[in-house]
Amino acid sequence: MEVKGTAMAGTLESSDAQVTVEPGTNGIELTIESSVINQYGRKIRATVMETLERLDVKNAKVTVVDKGALDCTLKARVEGAVFRSNGITENLPWGGAIR
Amino acid sequence: MNPNLNRLRRSMMFLNCQKPGLIKDPYIYKPDSIMLDLEDAVAENQKDAARYSLYHALQEIDYRGVERVVRINGLDTPHWKEDVRVCVAGRCDSIRIPKVESAQDVVTIEKAMEEAEEEFGVEKGSILLMAALESCKGVINAYEICQSSPLLFGVALSGGDYTKDLQTTISGTGVEFTWARGMMINAARAAGVQCFDTVFTNLDDMDGFIAETKMIKAMGFDGKSIVNPRQIEPTHKIFTPTEKEIIKAEKIVKEVDEKKALGIGVFTVDGKMIDIAFYPGAKRTIELAKAAGVYEGDL
Repeated sequence: MEVKGTAMAGTLESSDAQVTVEPGTNGIELTIESSVINQYGRKIRATVMETLERLDVKNAKVTVVDKGALDCTLKARVEGAVFRSNGITENLPWGGAIR
Repeated sequence: MNPNLNRLRRSMMFLNCQKPGLIKDPYIYKPDSIMLDLEDAVAENQKDAARYSLYHALQEIDYRGVERVVRINGLDTPHWKEDVRVCVAGRCDSIRIPKVESAQDVVTIEKAMEEAEEEFGVEKGSILLMAALESCKGVINAYEICQSSPLLFGVALSGGDYTKDLQTTISGTGVEFTWARGMMINAARAAGVQCFDTVFTNLDDMDGFIAETKMIKAMGFDGKSIVNPRQIEPTHKIFTPTEKEIIKAEKIVKEVDEKKALGIGVFTVDGKMIDIAFYPGAKRTIELAKAAGVYEGDL
């Protein structure tokens, strides 16, 4: 899926993550900010990259501001931002690209 | 028949699906059910985000036996169809339909649920339904709603919207809910489904909460909607049979079984006259005690 415009999902509340996606041309350019970056940075990166891969996003600038989100929340915020960038809110691929 | 139709539902705790901090571990408070909310608690421009959170929470969080009910958006919104799809795809336990005013409202959701079950390969009948009655029309039609679907396990009063429709306000005395509560519990019992009371939102008035919960228990309700973990323990205490009640129920069940075999219809237990009419109530007390984990007898 192509990231067609800038979109954001999530908040800066505890246990959440705010994910912003912007159109890109140079693969996935991922920036992560987290108070637990030293402990969980790799895990956060892996979860975000896997989610983008499932969504078939090949080019995008992705910014994650993590506030202690669980994996399931990170996935939800990445998906939310990507689908919002495409204006898609219905007939979503639950259990397919979203899983 | 879905074995969860009549499960223990003393407490149903509302949780906003848009708040990851709320939905990640509510099982620690041990409610009987959680109500993962896609409706009123979620801002209109966050409906989509709440669904992604819901889907992954349902798929990845172990709620440790707590029933996962999802409150979808109403039939008067553009959101309910996608809500039903995500509920089924995520395999929640039950769907709460808000603002139900007729049996047809339930049938409409049931049909959408069947289509989603087909789409996502989910076993038919594995997800249950409940209906929230939030208007005068909905309460008037309580009986037809209670009979609307074999998957409907119960109805719940939603007091905020109901009082608006009644053109009054929540007084704290419960007088504004008198008729609705009576109508709904009667309809629910007549149809053989469960009945749940509305929320009590004044968290600083625990005495008022306890008094209201005791009252609705006495009216016959099965449980109460909860907005804060602090309300769970007193609710469970009120809805769980006491040791005295369990001992009495056990005696009645055993005596009725024994006397029936001897052809005796009326007898006394602890000095009180007992006949067959006491039997179903005593059996229910034992079943409730078993479900609440406080009965280890042989019945």
